[in-house]
Amino acid sequence: MTTQPILELKNVHSGYGSIKALKGVSLKVMPGEIVAIIGANGAGKSTTLMTICGIVHAEIGEVYYHGKLINKVSAEKLPTMGLCQVPEGRRIFPRLSVEENLILGAFYRNDNDQINKDIQQAYDLFPILGERSRQAGGTLSGGEQQMLAIARALMTKPKLLLLDEPSLGLAPIIVQQIFDIISRINREDNVTVLLVEQNANLALQAANRGYVIETGEITMEDKADTLIKDPKIREAYLGE
Amino acid sequence: MIQEFKKVWKQYTIGMLWLLGLLWPLLGIHPDGTLTFRTTMMVWSYILAGSFVCFVIYVMKAGDSLKFIVDPVSRVVGNIRTASSALPTWVWILAILVFALIYPQFAGRYGTDVAISVLLYICLGLGLNVVVGLAGMLDLGYIAFYGVGAYTYAILNTTYGLGFWVCLPFSGALACVAGCIVGYPTLRMRGDYLAIVTLGFGEIIRLILNNWMTMTNGPNGILGVKSIGIFLPVFENGFTFEHFWMKKLQLFYYFALALAILAAIGVQRLNFSRVGRAWESIREDETAAELMGVNTFMYKLLAYAMGAVFAGLAGAFFAARMRFVSPESFTFLESAMVLCMVVLGGMGSIPGIILGVIALIALPEVFREFEAYRMLIFGATMIIMMLFRPAGLIPAKRVGTRSEEKEG
Repeated sequence: MTTQPILELKNVHSGYGSIKALKGVSLKVMPGEIVAIIGANGAGKSTTLMTICGIVHAEIGEVYYHGKLINKVSAEKLPTMGLCQVPEGRRIFPRLSVEENLILGAFYRNDNDQINKDIQQAYDLFPILGERSRQAGGTLSGGEQQMLAIARALMTKPKLLLLDEPSLGLAPIIVQQIFDIISRINREDNVTVLLVEQNANLALQAANRGYVIETGEITMEDKADTLIKDPKIREAYLGE
Repeated sequence: MIQEFKKVWKQYTIGMLWLLGLLWPLLGIHPDGTLTFRTTMMVWSYILAGSFVCFVIYVMKAGDSLKFIVDPVSRVVGNIRTASSALPTWVWILAILVFALIYPQFAGRYGTDVAISVLLYICLGLGLNVVVGLAGMLDLGYIAFYGVGAYTYAILNTTYGLGFWVCLPFSGALACVAGCIVGYPTLRMRGDYLAIVTLGFGEIIRLILNNWMTMTNGPNGILGVKSIGIFLPVFENGFTFEHFWMKKLQLFYYFALALAILAAIGVQRLNFSRVGRAWESIREDETAAELMGVNTFMYKLLAYAMGAVFAGLAGAFFAARMRFVSPESFTFLESAMVLCMVVLGGMGSIPGIILGVIALIALPEVFREFEAYRMLIFGATMIIMMLFRPAGLIPAKRVGTRSEEKEG
């Protein structure tokens, strides 16, 4: 392929103080793809996303977004560049209303008319949020909060959406709903998605390609359909 | 009723025994080494009798035996509440304003003096509310900026003879600069760590005021600060302006009132602006705010500096009223008091803070006779408040108000 990757990590090392969580992660995400990173607890999945977003700083290695080095770009500038993360555990603003949560998603934007239209669009995508627009975010159920977190991230008009464990702590039926919406966003709005999941089965079904991360290193990289059939993967992550 | 009694009697007994254990060392151990039990038992039995009545009432209420009293009372309270909420907010504001305007006419010199102090603390409380209530940063060194404002006016006035209105912006600006200088290194911290670091910086500023003899005259303070001056038109020999130093306390009251009103309007506007929303997002979840594109560091610094500006303005008024400043007025206890006012009134709620200030400044003045027990009552009130109304006297109506207002 000759097209430029939308996101590329080259030999990224990062961690928290003396704890090294990533020991040389390299990966590529092409425009329009859904890419899944799967791995066990503490393998470095969330740290990878946090390093991309500049919350955790890479010690060695480079992160490129659209061919531009973003290691030194501070976290709050990334949404303006079209890179947004739905953090692990939702992290919505609990005492602000659903609508205010969405408005905060559009914080860097000044086009009020378009923001209002986008809020309506978010309500179309997640009708339950429209019903609860006046309610405090913290009073929503887990699934609704996850939807709100995704809707809030979509308000930044991302080109690349990073999702950290969207299935965490949710009922299977809600998880299915959320993954359907992720595929829909990817298909209809042409948003590239980088997905981090413990639920390997689900993630690989939704994704085009997958990476397997183990103790801070990428150990496998392939098409999602190939990975899902791989006996080692099935044994380690799918419980067979 | 027996059921209810069984549920709580153990806790009640343990509580009363705990109180006995607390009282006896205080009342029964004497400095000459003798131990007595009589006074302790007497005080304790009074408290026991009083609390037992409360206990019985509680048990009866829980057991529905008091329905014939509780029901009509709650109905009356409910009626009052609906009646008061039927009045639009502006009626309330107008009533309070009218009262504030005519207050010095019937209050004496002492009453006006207390009211000025209340108004200055309202300005302080509203400023701290920006930092604590909106941006969610616990600031224990807030009074330092009050001190910076007060000293700025005192020094400019005594050394250069500048008037109050010239110095007022300087007081605000210098407090703002001090806020930025202190905030820049400290605001990288979060939560408890931030509280401790701000406590430290607050003390540092106070120590500078205390020890910089050449500039601040150290612990002796600065004497002879002039009060507010106003320009009045004079028509002798043609039209000129003449400068008067204000001697009357009533006029000062009106200026302080203007300051408090401006502070209230300012904080209200900030609260419902884009900046206010950014602050609230930082309070709710700093990392998420950062991921959504809020420059958390800049907004935190802005909140800190804004709070400092309010404190600096109030400080200039304080210096002008006291005609004297000394580091004594800017101790940690003052910071704690302002924080108590904000928490007691209700974080993020402007009417709440006003009520909190009145409760903590005016009520102790009213109960001057019980001065010895003031702090005891103060402490007990805070504990009771935190138990029964943890969100404050008038909690902020956070959820949804903004969105509803937008539509209405």
